[in-house]
Amino acid sequence: MHRITGLNVSQIRKDFPNLHVEVQGKPLVYLDNAATAFKPQTVIDAIAAHYRTETSNVHRGVHFLSEQATARFEQARDKVRDFIRARKSCEIVFTRGTTEAINLVAYSYGRHFLNKGDEIIISEMEHHSNIVPWQILCEEKGCVLKVIPFNDEGELDLEAFKRLVSPRTRFVSVVYISNSLGTINPIRKIIQTAHQCKAPVFIDAAQAVSHHKIDVQELDCDFLAFSGHKLFGPTGVGVLYGKEEFLEKMPPFHGGGDMISSVTFEKTTYNTLPYKFEAGTPHVAGVIGLGAAMDYVQSVGFEDMTAYEKELLDYGTKALSGIAGLRLIGTAKEKAAILSFIVSGIHAHDIGTLVNDEGVAIRTGHHCTQPVMRHFGIPATSRASLAFYNTKEEIDKLVEAVLKTKDVFR
Amino acid sequence: MNYDSRKELYQEMIIEHNKKPRNFRKMEGATHTAEGYNPLCGDHLMVYLHINGSGTIDDISFEGDGCAISRASASLMTSSLKGKTLHEASVLFEQFHSLIKGELKPEKDSNILGKLTVFSGVWHFPTRVKCASLCWHTMRGAIEHKTTVSTE
Repeated sequence: MHRITGLNVSQIRKDFPNLHVEVQGKPLVYLDNAATAFKPQTVIDAIAAHYRTETSNVHRGVHFLSEQATARFEQARDKVRDFIRARKSCEIVFTRGTTEAINLVAYSYGRHFLNKGDEIIISEMEHHSNIVPWQILCEEKGCVLKVIPFNDEGELDLEAFKRLVSPRTRFVSVVYISNSLGTINPIRKIIQTAHQCKAPVFIDAAQAVSHHKIDVQELDCDFLAFSGHKLFGPTGVGVLYGKEEFLEKMPPFHGGGDMISSVTFEKTTYNTLPYKFEAGTPHVAGVIGLGAAMDYVQSVGFEDMTAYEKELLDYGTKALSGIAGLRLIGTAKEKAAILSFIVSGIHAHDIGTLVNDEGVAIRTGHHCTQPVMRHFGIPATSRASLAFYNTKEEIDKLVEAVLKTKDVFR
Repeated sequence: MNYDSRKELYQEMIIEHNKKPRNFRKMEGATHTAEGYNPLCGDHLMVYLHINGSGTIDDISFEGDGCAISRASASLMTSSLKGKTLHEASVLFEQFHSLIKGELKPEKDSNILGKLTVFSGVWHFPTRVKCASLCWHTMRGAIEHKTTVSTE
């Protein structure tokens, strides 16, 4: 029944134990994947195995468990390299998540290579995590933050971007897929335009990584980051990709163990890439779990996933649009399976609480994108964000739950 | 624990006050005013009071944007506080606070909450407690001459 494209969704759903719980005595309908995605059993097993019989710290240990953990840890790094098609494994830095990756670059690259009057360009639809680190940098170094606006469909104004870019532009940081609008941004064009002025480009791929195949060499981005937990992996682990030439010349972000090659009280020399940026014991189990998550996603295959999600998006767009008084926020031509909406006369938080009565989990609020809310003159939206394990039946349940909510406020 | 929000939270009276909020207006000549803001959800309201020389709330009103719970709470708060002394307002503040934290049980603990007991189910929904309490904190802030009140 669920076999619409090449995906066998009924079979896939069996791989995710969290899909099979009850909320309010009803089967859970989980539509909050943009906040965090569920984990397949293989990821849970990989993490459990590490803690059950394979626990060890990584690097330098000469005993069996340490060598085994180090091998698994470094294999996961190679998997990330292949997953995003990076040139080398040393271009893959493990972080706590996308937020830490952005901060790493803002501190290490920003504080070292940007100066007073230099301009940094971001977009109006950035998550707060891709706004605040740059604002902190601007305040400290006297740089100037410029913002690419978007239109009422939620599409970036590329002409405005071209006007913003100048020789004063020293850094560009934009989101690949908007978490609150679902817009897939034309990042290839943005990267090309920025490179004409020799400005490096950072891509926030937190949402994109679970929806689209990413090829950093083809994109030619200078940095890219994502979080493990939105890619069906564990929380607390993420990835910063950086071109070797950039990472090489950047100073360390955190000091500590593992990031050094020698320490004396007179002089410390730093470790090679990527370890220079990985001070302290990393999230070993998390990295191994992330490796398992990437294996899982690759076994499903992006081609089928993306096609199926597009079907879900089209179905959901049509179904929600049929509700009187409902308005979709974010109607870009190029969109991922994220459905943000408002309902006339009903606040998003009331919708969120009331659909929960039906077992439906959606997110409500500003989604850490207050400038987006301000653009539309609204305080909040309700957001249903889909993954490849969701079904059209679940979208029907969301629609029913929203209709019931409307009844309460009639 | 699972609680049905339709039974515990969205009571008839709350829906009705959300639809037709009482004292929903800007007040000219207010003696005390404060702005309340919940950064978590974006709820935003102004509370206006007119307090006379003997410390009685002659008039109270509010305006702003928020969910049904915050709007109904502000509507019921203003209805309850009109004509009350500052001392009574402070007792009501404390009792309402205990109510929405689930500490005061209106069926057994003595109280002067009256209609405000309609919020007795809010404590089952921890993320919604601040929706109900924002207007009360803002009211107290106004009396204490704070111009802005944040729930964070």
